[in-house]
Amino acid sequence: MSLSIEAVGLTKRFGSFTALDHLNLKVEGSKCVGFLGPNGAGKTTTLKMFTDLIFPTEGEAFVNGISVQKDRKRALAVCGDLIESPEIYPSLTPREALEMNGALRGMRPEEIRSRTQVVLSEVKMSDWVDQKVGRFSKGMKQRVNIASSLLSDPEVVILDEPSTGLDPRGMAEVRSIVRGLKKERRLIFMSSHILSEVVDVCDDVALVDHGKLLFADTLENVTQRLSAGVRSVDAEFARPLDEPVLSGQIGSLPEVASWSRVDPRRITLGIKGGPVEQARLLEKLAAMGLGLLSFRESHSALEEVYLSEISMGEV
Amino acid sequence: MSAPAVAAAEAGARPSTDGTLGSVPGTIAQALILSRYQLRDYLRARRFVLMMSIVGVIGAILTFILSYYHDSDTVRGLTSSSNAFYGSLWAGGVTVVIVFSGIIFGGDAIAGEFQNKTGYFLMGLPIRRASVYVGKFLAALAASVVAVLVYLAILIANGAYYLGADAFPLSLGESFVISILYLLALLGAVFLFSSMFKNSLYAVLVVAVLFLFGFTLIQALVTALIKVEPWFIITYAETVISYPFLSTLPAHVSTSTGPRGLTTTTYNPTYLEGLVIMAGYFVLTAVAGLFFFEREEFT
Repeated sequence: MSLSIEAVGLTKRFGSFTALDHLNLKVEGSKCVGFLGPNGAGKTTTLKMFTDLIFPTEGEAFVNGISVQKDRKRALAVCGDLIESPEIYPSLTPREALEMNGALRGMRPEEIRSRTQVVLSEVKMSDWVDQKVGRFSKGMKQRVNIASSLLSDPEVVILDEPSTGLDPRGMAEVRSIVRGLKKERRLIFMSSHILSEVVDVCDDVALVDHGKLLFADTLENVTQRLSAGVRSVDAEFARPLDEPVLSGQIGSLPEVASWSRVDPRRITLGIKGGPVEQARLLEKLAAMGLGLLSFRESHSALEEVYLSEISMGEV
Repeated sequence: MSAPAVAAAEAGARPSTDGTLGSVPGTIAQALILSRYQLRDYLRARRFVLMMSIVGVIGAILTFILSYYHDSDTVRGLTSSSNAFYGSLWAGGVTVVIVFSGIIFGGDAIAGEFQNKTGYFLMGLPIRRASVYVGKFLAALAASVVAVLVYLAILIANGAYYLGADAFPLSLGESFVISILYLLALLGAVFLFSSMFKNSLYAVLVVAVLFLFGFTLIQALVTALIKVEPWFIITYAETVISYPFLSTLPAHVSTSTGPRGLTTTTYNPTYLEGLVIMAGYFVLTAVAGLFFFEREEFT
């Protein structure tokens, strides 16, 4: 069976407030999809309906073609999820909490033991495996929650702002974990409002606002859509770039469509053309001897699309 | 993914993706699994220490009174036979232990899943809500039975001292079984109230007010003012816990006339009626509680 999650006319009303308005979205295959939107856009509401925590007013949510509303047990059997920041029974240890999770999923005891070791080590919680969860900080609890959602090595992973409550190092680790998850046959559906996180780990993005889906496409198409085919990259240098170098040497390169300075050592470049031109530009910048430290697809492009779509929605 | 993660994935930890449930346990099996971990949580939590302290204090007071006033006519009367001893001390005390354990272990059992967000950890798993409800009920029942057994042990220890070989009458076993039925009925009602609220404090308060004096007050008012048998109130049925120790059961309805010609009607449940009320309460409240829990949203 192919991996998929699908919302069909998914609608949620709380009294007169419509939190989600006939969402139709199908995500298929092994990929990571970023589910974007401002606070109150309907992201968490959507994910909660995908995990049967709340019930749709209209429509249905499907995981691998199975209706979550009609057969939650079968639909969620292939899912690992993390919605909001759950609390674990405070007197249990991470080992026991994961043991319970695994037993409820029907995993064999030896599987539970080995996977517990693996996932707790991935989230850097191996040293606290036998401490009571009630004594943990919010960030530590979130790490255990992430470990729990990955325990069964699920093929569909639904994550609701997984870096919530984590310090910068923890956020980076979550990104690294999600990137690692992508290496296997797996569909990841992750809500976030941290655009750099989405650019870093996601292949596709879907944007919701005021309960409506604004667009869903590949990250590449979305960012290109902004500037009629102009790709955008962020470049960082070891030393400040002076004006003549920036406007004269870099700005005059045939691959550069536009440039702007972020700070003395960082610039954003618009690229004429596609990946070939981008690769050529990287070679040229590296050859200039300016101390090029990093060169990566710009998340500011996504940010601009995001802001423009959101503001259009408000007009 | 790190090397060990890949190794584990290759070892076959992945669940079935063919649309079948694979090895996911059935509803009852999941309820039993959950109850095991929930009970572990209860036994390690402060609430269990609190419950044991309450039982300990009741037991200590009882033991002190028996030994300090052992020469009094009242205590001599109590220790004259096992039926007198247990009929008074077991039947009178165990209902208090049951009510407190119901409040402590069941009051926030379901409401807490919403308020403390522990439900978010459980409900994302492939598990039916019925399994969660039943699992938590079984854990609360087991923890409460532990409290009842501790009270029974204290009482039997005192009984052994005062009654010797007569300390283990069959009637005590019979009354113990009825007490467990009463505990089931009370927990059913407590879980119903708990599933109607998303706030633990409200749930515990409502349950405490109702079971500590609310139902008793309603029972008294119904009997005195409307002169109707309060068969629909759970606390009315608790009287039958003492019946195994009685040689003659009290009259079902008795009327007495007071000094100013006022008549007072007293109702006592029949043995069967008491058992049916308890069983009925258990079944109806369990079904209603599950109905509410199935429809509550984790907003």
